[in-house]
Amino acid sequence: MATPNKKNHDRPTTGHSWDGIEEFDNPMPRWWLWTFYATIIWAVVYWILFPAWPLVRGATAGVLGYSSRADVAAEIAAADQANQVWYDQLMATDLNAITANPELERFAVNAGAAVFRAQCSQCHGAGANGLRPGSGFPNLLDDEWMWGGTMEDIVQTVTYGIRNTDFPDARYSEMPSFGRDGLLTPEEIDQVVNHVLAISGQAHDNALAAAGEQVFLDNCASCHMDDGSGDAFVGAPALNNAIWLYGGSADEIRASVNNARFGIMPGFTGRLPDAQIRAVAAYVHQLGGGQ
Amino acid sequence: MSSSENYEPQLYAKREPVFPRRVKGSFRTLKWWLMALMLGIYYITPWIRWDRGPDLSDQAVLVDLANRRFFFFMVEIWPHEFYFVAGLLIMAGIGLFLFTSALGRVWCGYACPQTVWTDLYILVERWVEGDRNARLRLYRQPWGAEKIRKYGTKWLLWLLIGLATGGAWVFYFTDAPTLLRDLVTFNAHPVAYGTIAFLTATTFLFGGFFREQVCIYGCPWPRIQAAMMDEDTITISYREWRGEPRGKQRKGEAEDAHGDCIDCMACVNVCPMGIDIRDGQQLACITCGLCIDACNDVMDRIGKPRELIGYMALTDETRERAGNPPKSIWKHVFRPRTIVYTTLWAGIGLGLLVALFLRTDIDMSISPIRNPTFVTLSNGSIRNAYDIRLRNMNENARQFYVTVADNPSITLTMEGVQGQLVTVGPDEQLIQRVYLTASAGTPAAAAATTPVRLWVSVSGETDRIYGETVFNGSGQR
Repeated sequence: MATPNKKNHDRPTTGHSWDGIEEFDNPMPRWWLWTFYATIIWAVVYWILFPAWPLVRGATAGVLGYSSRADVAAEIAAADQANQVWYDQLMATDLNAITANPELERFAVNAGAAVFRAQCSQCHGAGANGLRPGSGFPNLLDDEWMWGGTMEDIVQTVTYGIRNTDFPDARYSEMPSFGRDGLLTPEEIDQVVNHVLAISGQAHDNALAAAGEQVFLDNCASCHMDDGSGDAFVGAPALNNAIWLYGGSADEIRASVNNARFGIMPGFTGRLPDAQIRAVAAYVHQLGGGQ
Repeated sequence: MSSSENYEPQLYAKREPVFPRRVKGSFRTLKWWLMALMLGIYYITPWIRWDRGPDLSDQAVLVDLANRRFFFFMVEIWPHEFYFVAGLLIMAGIGLFLFTSALGRVWCGYACPQTVWTDLYILVERWVEGDRNARLRLYRQPWGAEKIRKYGTKWLLWLLIGLATGGAWVFYFTDAPTLLRDLVTFNAHPVAYGTIAFLTATTFLFGGFFREQVCIYGCPWPRIQAAMMDEDTITISYREWRGEPRGKQRKGEAEDAHGDCIDCMACVNVCPMGIDIRDGQQLACITCGLCIDACNDVMDRIGKPRELIGYMALTDETRERAGNPPKSIWKHVFRPRTIVYTTLWAGIGLGLLVALFLRTDIDMSISPIRNPTFVTLSNGSIRNAYDIRLRNMNENARQFYVTVADNPSITLTMEGVQGQLVTVGPDEQLIQRVYLTASAGTPAAAAATTPVRLWVSVSGETDRIYGETVFNGSGQR
């Protein structure tokens, strides 16, 4: 306001003047000083109670013995204990009845997703799509299962694995190397490749394909079935559809017939608790392909 | 701020306690009513009931942090509708601009919780210890039975008010009757007790001891307000051209030896901030109007016209000094600046109201699963997966019907659900995986991307909403 304060003329200023505006040199409130002292005392008490001063190895321990690592360990233990209730329930529930309990299903899917990321994604990809088409690592999202896609099948596969020597119960089968071992002539292989191209609906040479049918029935149909629809019992993939584990072009099929394929997967029993195996099976089962 | 005449440079100053004298008058009466109104709103609001069916709380105003819901009578706000709260905050901000540019620090003087609770604490103080002079005497007298008794009583009452204040706060966050029963039976959550203890302590300290220092040292608002006021802003002033030279009329002195101010210090003694309004408008003045009441009372008694201290604008000062009448309050208040603020404020308010009444109680958001972007199925068709979040903002469980907008080559299926109906619980949300499948060879399967639209409706109701997303085919980008 325009009224000058007569008393203010006597008050000390900082001596600075900006366009005629001066600044009073007012004292600070006393309680600010007290607050400042209080923070110093607080700091000293903190040093005594908690880890504070860095030393060459570690830091001063503090008389309370606090440690953030111990805090985390306690939290992890508490979380594990809380989860144990659910894992127990998961073990006590029939595999096909898990979805009937939405809460249990949610737990199983989320726990299974965590297990999948840690244990399975290296080969099957973070999205469970088998890294890329034709990579040899099965896509778990689609509707074809080499060894079956029911909950029981998936639990069995995860527990013992495929074509490993660690477990007698591992899923096992072996395709002959028709070309490398001389079981078929290159001409016959050409014919059977064209037959497979034909039954999978791809471009092919009709004459070669017609000749290849008999080669297929003689050599392949015992596992892959007469119509090429495959047999999950021996892990023989369907050849009459659009899904190819090692690629579906003529060259890729020829490579498979020549040298065969021998994909392996480790078994997870002993590595993971049974309840986590069930959880990861529940997760995989609901990705879109479960049977 | 200090009344001492001796300004030896000091680094630190002790607070000089303020003992406001009792005052009567129109502004004091207004402040009593406003205090009753605001404390009433604060304490009663959590106890108002509002029927929302068996699955939802029946508390009219509830900030349900645990379940992330905000209830205000018939309105329920979900976290994704937080723009309503943002809009209200913007309105509150513009409202403060409006009131500050028109009426100065009216918020500080009448409505700020610090002012209201300090006023209440001073009332208690006066009730226990007596008016200004008795309080001053008690303050200066050494500790003894009387001082201990009176200060003890005062502090106890302050603590009880603080307890009621902190206690009322926690009722806004959970069902009030249940919490009250848990609180008195010592079954409530430690957080509730901790919050009450903290707010009791801050109320006790801020209302009883810090008082005006909160405004002077702690609050940024006085600084901001000073920048928002202009020459038409109504604020409290001392009519120095009428009052000076101040002094008491003594025998033998000429009639015009003194102005109207008789230097009775009434305006200073009633001031809760401990300032002298005759020094001019200043940072510490919260424009509470009590000095106007005090001065008018004195002017009435000595037979001088009122309003030696009064609400006025800066432009009035030059007018009055020149002998002209001041502009009317209305002309000060209605000026382009305040009209712009009012228009903005009302526009945002209308927008929020329209948004509130047009919103549906169903909502969906779609997140496409991009790892992988698509899956080839055994029959050659292309499948995309989406996680859709369905929100049922209704007190009843309802069935949501999910469809894909007419694209004959794309079909919709859902994980774990037969058909296209999915049930969402009352006031809940559900994340449902949805698959869109394009048959082999169709345009959608062959293209890189195809825009698609998902529709969600509630069976038996007319409201329906849609969300846009894309379908990724096997075609190369």
